[in-house]
Amino acid sequence: MTPVATPFFFYFLAAIALLSGLAVITRRNPVHSAVALIMTLLSVAGLYLMLYAPFVAGVQIILYAGGIVVLFLFVIMLVSLEKAVREYQFNHQWHVAAAATAVLGGLLVYVYVKGRGIFPARAAVMPETLNTQQVSLSLFQDYLLPFEIASLLLLVAIIGAVVMAKKRI
Amino acid sequence: MADITTLHYLVVAAGLFVLGTIGVLTRRNVIIILMSIELILNAVNLNLVAFSRMYDVHGQVFSIFVITDAAAEAAVGLGILIAFFRNKETTNVDEVDLMKW
Repeated sequence: MTPVATPFFFYFLAAIALLSGLAVITRRNPVHSAVALIMTLLSVAGLYLMLYAPFVAGVQIILYAGGIVVLFLFVIMLVSLEKAVREYQFNHQWHVAAAATAVLGGLLVYVYVKGRGIFPARAAVMPETLNTQQVSLSLFQDYLLPFEIASLLLLVAIIGAVVMAKKRI
Repeated sequence: MADITTLHYLVVAAGLFVLGTIGVLTRRNVIIILMSIELILNAVNLNLVAFSRMYDVHGQVFSIFVITDAAAEAAVGLGILIAFFRNKETTNVDEVDLMKW
């Protein structure tokens, strides 16, 4: 079955992702930034769906939009920001930073223009219904050791977060 | 309209990456900087998934590892932020000078 109106959905989701990303880095109130971050994450999840990666899209929504952003909102609640909201929001080196990111963006554009021929135009045809099975087989066969190391990483992160949030370090 | 190729997704990911870099380099608030890091990790994930569309599911598996790493990083970073706020009553990075001598 051929997809319908793919360009429309692509440009729609890409525009939402980029505009919300712009809102994340420009809003004065961190709560507004967090809400804009949710919009970005959801539209990127939509782009994953367009790339036939439904499992990653689900993980993105559950873990990012449901977990990490809630963590951000809790910390915003714990940290008093009334004074910070009224202060100047950008640091003193923003000229240098803008120049550096302009160079980075120019480099990316240059690489994409030069390397246009490297990317295959047509995507590989994958069965659409087997994505989760394929991901799980790959995760538990080829990447079993990295999977276990990731659990260790999460354990270290839990211990670190608990130690950091203690009353007296 | 023309077909959507991998290059389109890469351009969107590059845009998100540049936005995240601008946020990390210019903002003063640590919370916004951590959110910008999440933007950068999302751009990388979008690249990985876009390339895995052409080859195999390895890119998707790797992006799941990146999401795990982002969760760990957010937890530790926000823990450090709370510990810092308890000491200095601020969240601005240019006032973080406890370890300077």
